[in-house]
This record gives sequence, structure tokens and C-alpha cells, in this order.
Amino acid sequence: MNSAVIVFPASNCDRDAADALAKVTGKPSRMVWHGDASVPDDIDLIVLPGGFSYGDYLRTGAMAAHSPIMKDVVRRAKAGTPVLGICNGFQILCEAGLLPGVLMRNANLKFVCRPVPLVVEETQSMYTRNYAKGEAITVPVAHGEGNYFADEETLDQLEGEGRVAFRYVDNPNGSARNIAGILSENRRILGLMPHPERVCDPLTGGTDGKRLFEALL
Amino acid sequence: MSTPITPALIAEHGLSPDEYARVLALLSREPTLTELGIFSVMWSEHCSYKSTRIWLKTLPTKGPQVIQGPGENAGVVDIGDGDAVVFKMESHNHPSFIEPYQGAATGVGGIMRDVFTMGARPIAMLNALRFGAPDHPRTRHLVSGVVAGIGGYGNCMGVPTVAGEVNFHPAYNGNILVNAMCVGLARTDKIFYSAASGVGSPVVYVGSKTGRDGIHGATMASAEFDDASEEKRPTVQVGDPFTEKLLLEACLELMASDAIIAIQDMGAAGLTSSSAEMASKGNLGIELDLDHVPQREAGMTAYEMMLSESQERMLVILKPGREAEAKKIFDKWELDFAVIGRVTDTRRLVVRHKGEVMADIPVMALADEAPLYERPFVQTPKREPIDPLSVPQQNDYGATILTLVASPDLASRRWVWEQYDHSVMADTVQPPGGDAAIVRVHGTLKGLAMTSDVTPRYCLADPVGGGKQAVAETWRNITAVGGVPLAYTDNMNFGNPQRPEIMGQFVGAIEGLREAGLALAYPVVSGNCSLYNETNGQGILPTPTIGGVGLIADVRKTATMPFKSAGEIILLIGETRGHLGASIYLRDICGREDGPPPPVDLAAERRNGDFVRGLIASGRVTAVHDCSDGGLALTLAEMAMAGGLGAAIEPPKDLPLHAFLFGEDQARYVLTASAPQADAILADAERAGVPALRLGETGGAALTIRGGHTVAIAALKAAHEDFFPKLMG
Repeated sequence: MNSAVIVFPASNCDRDAADALAKVTGKPSRMVWHGDASVPDDIDLIVLPGGFSYGDYLRTGAMAAHSPIMKDVVRRAKAGTPVLGICNGFQILCEAGLLPGVLMRNANLKFVCRPVPLVVEETQSMYTRNYAKGEAITVPVAHGEGNYFADEETLDQLEGEGRVAFRYVDNPNGSARNIAGILSENRRILGLMPHPERVCDPLTGGTDGKRLFEALL
Repeated sequence: MSTPITPALIAEHGLSPDEYARVLALLSREPTLTELGIFSVMWSEHCSYKSTRIWLKTLPTKGPQVIQGPGENAGVVDIGDGDAVVFKMESHNHPSFIEPYQGAATGVGGIMRDVFTMGARPIAMLNALRFGAPDHPRTRHLVSGVVAGIGGYGNCMGVPTVAGEVNFHPAYNGNILVNAMCVGLARTDKIFYSAASGVGSPVVYVGSKTGRDGIHGATMASAEFDDASEEKRPTVQVGDPFTEKLLLEACLELMASDAIIAIQDMGAAGLTSSSAEMASKGNLGIELDLDHVPQREAGMTAYEMMLSESQERMLVILKPGREAEAKKIFDKWELDFAVIGRVTDTRRLVVRHKGEVMADIPVMALADEAPLYERPFVQTPKREPIDPLSVPQQNDYGATILTLVASPDLASRRWVWEQYDHSVMADTVQPPGGDAAIVRVHGTLKGLAMTSDVTPRYCLADPVGGGKQAVAETWRNITAVGGVPLAYTDNMNFGNPQRPEIMGQFVGAIEGLREAGLALAYPVVSGNCSLYNETNGQGILPTPTIGGVGLIADVRKTATMPFKSAGEIILLIGETRGHLGASIYLRDICGREDGPPPPVDLAAERRNGDFVRGLIASGRVTAVHDCSDGGLALTLAEMAMAGGLGAAIEPPKDLPLHAFLFGEDQARYVLTASAPQADAILADAERAGVPALRLGETGGAALTIRGGHTVAIAALKAAHEDFFPKLMG
């Protein structure tokens, strides 16, 4: 599998994502600059990493969603290329219209970094197929704006179509219906606030994130 | 039109009449306003270390591991395999009190620049915070702003904040302390320095544009506060971590080439100190043409540009002809890049603006010729020892432990460190909450252990002993996780050095640092002084914050604090005399802050620490925690809370129980091990001349001390975690 990690100005989990992918795929991930016009043709997975793209100015993810590279990311996503957005990447996916809803300031207005228990809600996707339905895993969050919001109709639709991939056990940010991660309609785009790339090594907090990347092989 | 230089103007610039006379002598004429401003910041305490230089020189700074000691932007220490750790701690006290969010944020940004200026990628941040009494009307506002500011900057940079301290004491009501430390990694053959060379080489400005913020920040940080200090808000800089992140990546990209001769960040006193320092270290001159300086606002004067402390800026001396290549990198990162001057052989700092020479000063006048004071000092009088039997005992020490785990200085800091991203970069092996944090050297099995410590109440009682203790405690915390202590950075926070008793505290603390550094073969490689931490004549507790860094050869062989499983034997390493002077028990339970601090026996520190480190390396112990604030009882309570597992303790009969439980004797560690292993460890300790005692056994849901003292772990945890959320609302 050939993966690409998009580097926006002030992305800061780009290296972590590339390392996790390299560990699992055995191949280095391609770092693609936000100013480039296109993602290389041979890429099978596009990752939008965590960070503070454009300093979170205007709205988180809003400016990155208009980066030159995003035109091609949207085109590729619509053509079926899998896209994984982690943390800031999830925010960018929402701003780019590839996923529904928005991520607002955390309900208590504070940044939060802690390992959080998640329930795997949906295993029918290329990202979650290696987990068991209802399995509890622990993955860290680190964000100030991870409070997922969408209107009731959209939330009902996400639930009805089995597109809520992960749910918080103990909601750290006020997200609607404890949603931590969602899938696109074609189930090939995943956006989530927790950082699976940080838990791929028993020495640094566990390995619960590794199976997400392994499932992509 | 030139501004007349009046005595009032000179005083406003913080220069004494003697100092101004020296300016006149060095220039052989009256200075221009711009020159007066330049002398004002370069000769400020903050930049010149004029009260402290003669004492700082006495500290041990050498060792086979040291690549660069004090004097550069940060210290550099060899960690083998061609890797080097680069680190420094710096204060941002005055600005953080006036404007907590921006003050703390720019403190983080400043210390990160000091580290990446040296060619290192920052891999960890620490911070040591001191606030006033929890119930002081300003405290909550300051805590909330400082913590948010540190998080706001560090989180955006993508550098994990992994360790630190928070203390409360009324002595900080009018002057909080915000000390930030950055640890970075570089290759030993790619370290960058600040000395100018190559006459004619271009001097290049990169980063953010220059605005009017922070003018006279260094001068503000070199004076006491009074009731009008609020008015100094405009002198606090405004940080932009987004730009700093771009600057970091752009600088590291440029450093991967060989185009750089020298590089220096623009911190305190901005363009002035960066250019003067580069020129003086290279024994050369620099000419600047301010017309080329990227400016944020129109109509800035030479004075304003030279004194601005706008953030996220660097000054680089490039090899001639490499400008286009370097500019391409900064264009890519959308940062300003401007050639604003060149290196000369005149040994003068010459500043031109709109065709006029606004300043022309011999560089040595700003550096070597800066004032140097041997300020008068008086030694802090020794305090009378306290007999434990004169200190009240309690009926139920379970209740005492419950009170102490929820007290301001001992309660959980989770509320603070959960606002810092501590797992980004995916190398955090030990997150906040342990004795020392451990961050892996990326792509290897090596790790760096890091901690910051000082016990200001000890330093007030006995500056020499307190200074020694601060160094020893960092050494011990690094040891407790299995690390070999390498070197430390010091951040000396004191009151007004013109008062002999304050100067005495400083001199004493330096003596303590010196003795500990020598005895432990643990040199200082970088540091910072923050004086004049006083408001209306009230000084802070003397606070020489020490940031220690150690090496872990294999991150799979470390120790952590939590009790691991029931039925293990609990051992105490080190001698217990039951020293209650200046202890937490005395202060928080008995309401007294008297008595001398516990003596620090540096030979015992070394012997006991080396013994414990050996046990960790050979995998013989299951948990390790050092004894510090609150004594043995708090050590046990912390291990029990972290493991969610109780213990039964059998105290020895030869000490009063309160002295045994809460005495703050130094050089001690609590360990757990299996029963057969514990016997072997006790035998080995005896052979090694290390005092060791069997304390009891892990197990159950309560911490029980024989004699009817018991407290449930669940109750301890609830109280421990409750303090901060309740305080902050």
C-alpha cells in the first residue's frame, strides 16, 4: 500500500502518522506539500494529519480546506481513494465537505490531552475491520476543538447507516452522542479526533491504534 | 531633530548616574536616543547579568559529556552515537504576572527558539510555576492564564510538555514565577553557534515582522513591581506559535545545508542584543540598515525597531552568495527574509535608518564593558534545629495523609498537565505524574529523563542547603526512573539584589549548587537569572529552579512509581532521622514555617542513588519513588494512589511516628520487590553500606500504618484529584 501524508503549515502529527504507516506497511509514506497541485497517482491512502494547520486561525481546518492540494484530495476521495483524517485532519475533512458536521470548542473550553476509552461501534469499514464490534480500546485525544456537532437529522442518518465508527465512553469534549469518529457514505473516508498513530508501540502508551493501520493492508 | 538626553530620560531607561557616566566615557560623547535605548537594554540586569556574573562563574560547568556549557543559547551534552541533547530553562516571570496568557506563551516560544537556534529539534518541554496563595484574588486568573498560555503555544508547536512543578505560597502573591525549559536533540556534528565571522558576510533577518510590542521588556524585567505595574501591559510581547512552527521547520531545513555561519534568536532586547552578541562573540562589527527590516506598522523609528521584542524572529549570518538558496526556503514557509546588514571588521555596531547613522557603538561597550557589580551581601542566619518531640503529634495519621494529599502543594496536577499535549511525537515513555518524564530518542531505544525541582521554603531557611537540595532532588528524580544524570540548567529567581539579604540568598544558593554539582559530577550547562521579583518591597522566596536531564540507555529498563501487585515487599533506601524542620507537616498541619531544612549528605545521595539505579537496570525492583515533600507517608500514598493498591506499613520503634512518616530526610527512595528479591536487596544494601529498611507489604484497598492509622486508597485518590478542579471551578 502506498500512503501519502499531506503537510499543511503547522501540521505537527505528520511525522507520527508517517511513522505509524511505515511501521505497518514497511514502506515510507510520501510527504505531500499543501501547495502542490496533486497527490501522486500511485497513492492508495491519503492521510490528513493532526496539528494546527494555519494556526487554527479563522476556524480549525477552515483555511487548510482551501489549500491547493485539497482540490485534488476531494477529487480523489470522490473517486474512491481512502482518506483518513486524524484530529486536525478530521476538522479539515468537515470543512472540506467530505464529512458532515463540525468540530467546535470543547464544552469546557479547555484543551484536553489524555488516553480515553473508546468503543468500536462499527467494524464494517476498511479501517475498523480488525476490531470486534463493541470492543473497548484506549487511544489518546489531544485537542481544544473536538466537540462534534451536527443536526439531529444528520446524526440520525449517521447512526442509521452505521457510520459512527468510534464513540467515547467518557465524553471528554461534549461531542453529540459521544461521537469520536465517523465514516463517509461510501465508508472510505474516516475522520476521528483520537490519535491512533500515537498508540502503535507498547513503550509509548499501548498498541490499540496499530490495528487500524494494519486493517488497511 | 534629536531628543535631548535629560537625567529624567536616563532614569526612565533604568541607567544609574554612574552607569550613564560610563556610557559617556565609552562613547566620548553624548549618546543619541537610539544609543541610550541600546545601552539601557544591554546593560539591564536581564541581559548583562551585572549582579550575578561573578558568582555564576564559580559553578562547575565541565565534564567529559559537556559539549557546550553556559554562554551560548543553550547547553549541549553528548549522549553517544553522535547524538546530543540541547537544553535550557528560562524565566518569563514579569510579563506573565502582567499578562499571564501571552507572558507564559512567549516564555515557551523564547526558550524553544534558544534550543532550535543551536540546530536541535525540540522534543520536550517542562515548566516550573509558582503562584501566590490559592485564595488570593489574582491566583485563579493567573493559574488559568499561564496554563492556557503554555498549552496554547507548546501544543501548536507539536512538542510534548512532559514534566514540571506547581507551587503556591503567599510570597508569590505579587510576583509569580513562570520558568520554561526546552529539551532538544541534535547531531554532535551539526551544532550551530552565534559567533559572527567572515567580514562582509550578509546579516539576514528571518521570521515575523517587527512591531512595537515588547519595547523595553528586558528593562521591565529588571525592575521591581509597584501598584502601577498593570500599566506595563503594552511591554508584554504577543506570541504566534503558528509562525514559530514555520520558523522552526524553515531553520532546520536551512541548517541541513551548510549555508549558515552563525545564528541567534531575537529574544530579550531583540535586534539589539542578537546583533551585539553575534558581533562581540566573533570580535567583529555589524552594520545594520533598518530600512530593510520587515515592519508590521508604518513609521517605526530606529529606537523602536532596535528595542522591539516582537517574537518569532532570528538573525542569521550566511556564507556570502548563499542568500538565494536560503531565501527559497523561507519563501516556501511564507516567512520574511531580508538582508539587513553585513559583518564588518570595525568592532562597532552601526545602525543606519533613512540614510542617517542612528547608533555607532563599540561592540565591547555593550558586552565586556557592561557594568559588573560585586554587590554587598549578608549570609542568611542559621535556624535553630527543631526537636520532633516539640512538634504536635496526631491521633489519626490516616486523616493527616488524607489532608496532605489534597493540600495545594501536594494535590494532583492532572488539571494542569491534561491541558498540555504530552504525547505528540509519539516518544513519551513516561508521561507527567512520575518522578521524571522519559522521552525516547526518536528511532532508538535510548531515552532522556527530565525533571525540574526546587524547594523554595528550604532555600529561604538556608540558601546553601536549599540550593544543594534542589540539585540533589533533580539528580534523585532522574535516578528514580533509571536514568544516569548528565547535567542541569538553572533558573535563578530572586528578589532585589541591591538588598544585601537578597544578595546573600543568591550567593548562598550558588554555593549550594556548586557543592552539589561537584559532588555529583553533574555540571550546569545553561541558565538564566531573574532578579527584582519584588512588589512594593516584598520579595519572593528564593527560588533557584533546577532542570535536570539524564540518559537512559534502554527505555525498556526503567522504573515507575505505582505499586504493581499485592504481596510485594516495600523497602526504604536511605537513612531516616525524622527531620521535621521546614517540612510540609510543620507548615500545613502545624501552621509553622520555621526550622532548618533537612541536611543534604551528597556522598549518601550518590551512594544510595547509584545503588537504586543498579537495581532498576538489573530489573530487580517493580516500583520506585523518591521521598521528598511530605516525607515517607506521601511517597507511599502516591505509590498507592497511582497503583490503586494499598499497603500495610510497620514503622520502626526508635522514632516518633510523625517524624518517621513526615520527616523530609533526603537521599531516600521507596522500592517494591518480590519477597525473595527483597531479601537479596537488603543483603546487597548492607554490603554496599546503603541504609535499607523493610517497611511492609503491598495489598488491600487501604494504606495502613500499624497502630490504628488507616486510610482508603479510593478516598485518597478522590481528595488528591479534587483540589485543582475545585480551585479552578
